[in-house]
Amino acid sequence: MAENCPIIETRELNVCYGPVCVIDQVNMGVEPNRITAIIGPSGSGKSTLLRCFNRMNDLIPSFHMSGSVLFAGEDLYDDSVDPTEIRYQIGMVFQRPNPFPKSIFDNVAFGPRVNGFRGDLAALVEQSIRRAALWDEVKDRLKDSALSLSGGQQQRLCIARALAVQPRVILMDEPCSALDPISTQAIEELMRELSNEYSIVIVTHNMQQAARVSDYTAFLNPREDKISELIEFDQTRQIFTNPKDERTEAYITGRFG
Amino acid sequence: MTSPDTAYEELVSGPIPWVGRTRRWKRYLPERIIKAVLFFCSIVSIFTTVGIVSVLIFEAALFFQEVSIVEFLTNTKWTPLFASKNFGILPLVTGTILTSMGAMFVALPLGLMSAIYLSEYAPDTARQIVKPVLEILAGIPTVVYGYFALLFVTPILRSISDDISVFNGLSASIVMGIMILPMVSSLSEDAMRSVPRSLREGAYALGATRLEVSTRVVIPAALSGIVAAFILATSRAIGETMIVTIAAGQNPTFTFNPFVPIETMTAYIVQVSLGDTPTGTLEFKTIFAVGLSLFVITLSMNLLSQFIVRRFREVYE
Repeated sequence: MAENCPIIETRELNVCYGPVCVIDQVNMGVEPNRITAIIGPSGSGKSTLLRCFNRMNDLIPSFHMSGSVLFAGEDLYDDSVDPTEIRYQIGMVFQRPNPFPKSIFDNVAFGPRVNGFRGDLAALVEQSIRRAALWDEVKDRLKDSALSLSGGQQQRLCIARALAVQPRVILMDEPCSALDPISTQAIEELMRELSNEYSIVIVTHNMQQAARVSDYTAFLNPREDKISELIEFDQTRQIFTNPKDERTEAYITGRFG
Repeated sequence: MTSPDTAYEELVSGPIPWVGRTRRWKRYLPERIIKAVLFFCSIVSIFTTVGIVSVLIFEAALFFQEVSIVEFLTNTKWTPLFASKNFGILPLVTGTILTSMGAMFVALPLGLMSAIYLSEYAPDTARQIVKPVLEILAGIPTVVYGYFALLFVTPILRSISDDISVFNGLSASIVMGIMILPMVSSLSEDAMRSVPRSLREGAYALGATRLEVSTRVVIPAALSGIVAAFILATSRAIGETMIVTIAAGQNPTFTFNPFVPIETMTAYIVQVSLGDTPTGTLEFKTIFAVGLSLFVITLSMNLLSQFIVRRFREVYE
């Protein structure tokens, strides 16, 4: 059973900011050690959905939701759950690289330090940077400011930073949209590699990217009332070759609106 | 038939069709006047500064013809108004340092913590109430603070310990700290709030708590603004006059004891200005020497702050 049990699962998830509802009735499951892509037009609540998975939406005062999000079978939004504990296990990479204005080393060491990591910090940092395929580029300048890196390197540093807290899931919110094609390719290869050990959820605007890297794809689309619903969720191959819903087909083939 | 080349030549060398030429001066003249007026306004402050500094230097130079600079800087007695005259500024300097350091002891922790609260913890409604109230503190006249120190804080202090005199540095320090608190908290909060949201989110996503986000990400990134706020507030405390004149006494004493009457540089200037010291005498010239010293101290504080800000900030983007 554990084999096929989704690591993150949403049930009847409905999210609003104040009076404005964003997504409604989302039921989906994120398979362990697979890459799940969330696609959909701008404003369809992709990032909102992603941010429910590590409770980042809690930081927005007007946020409220109904339904539930399960992480490894446990309710993420249960009163007994500490959101900061959750975020050790579910890392996140953002749209724009956002390294701290500290050294490369301190960026990666930040998570372990705040989580009270006891052990060989230097080894953990090295291992994390290696996994993010950045080690050879930065090994001689770990003390330099992270802002001296290029955009693509900064984004891989942010991935290394997320890996350093040893999460089980990595959420990526359009991780390549601020990057050039070469950096994008590097990140995509990295994602494929990381999916052996981690479950990855990626929000992307880029359908080719979803088709290239992901195993599963979820398609969100706003209804008439502007609230988005999950139109279709299936294996990526299925979505892109044989979509069941005509709206999905219209979106992926570019015949939209 | 004209070739394309000559057509181009005609186009670029021909007369420019100046449609609005006759109206041009109507727009140009006001522009010049405005520019001149604005320039004059900006130059006023420069002239004032130059004027004040040159008067200070000129009068202080006359003073130093009669009193040696060495005596001025090293003698530990300041009794220019007595029969046996001593012109050592150190008692006034210690008085100023004592009260302004005391004020910073109050204002720094309170100001920084309220800035952290306002910028990182407070819900919008709390911020909308607390911030204006804090800024009202900045609008209270300093003479009111002075009597608040003398008539309210000092009696409380004296009820705690009998060693405290009616006039003392401690009471003035505490109230001066309260006075500069809004400056510290408001400027620090501005600096902290301008740290990009993406940095906070990055830290939260790694499992940092609010306190960790504040102390490990936001404060380091806002450090230059916070240090600038501190130093600006210190300058303000050093230059503050009314509170220390009223509550700290007029006894130039070479001491760092906060319980006894002292006198600050500013309070001394007030004392001479209000008293019956004849203009032009050596006693009167002392205030220019003290004023110049005060100016040098605050100027170096400001330069120091600029240096620190450039040197230690964590630049984000």
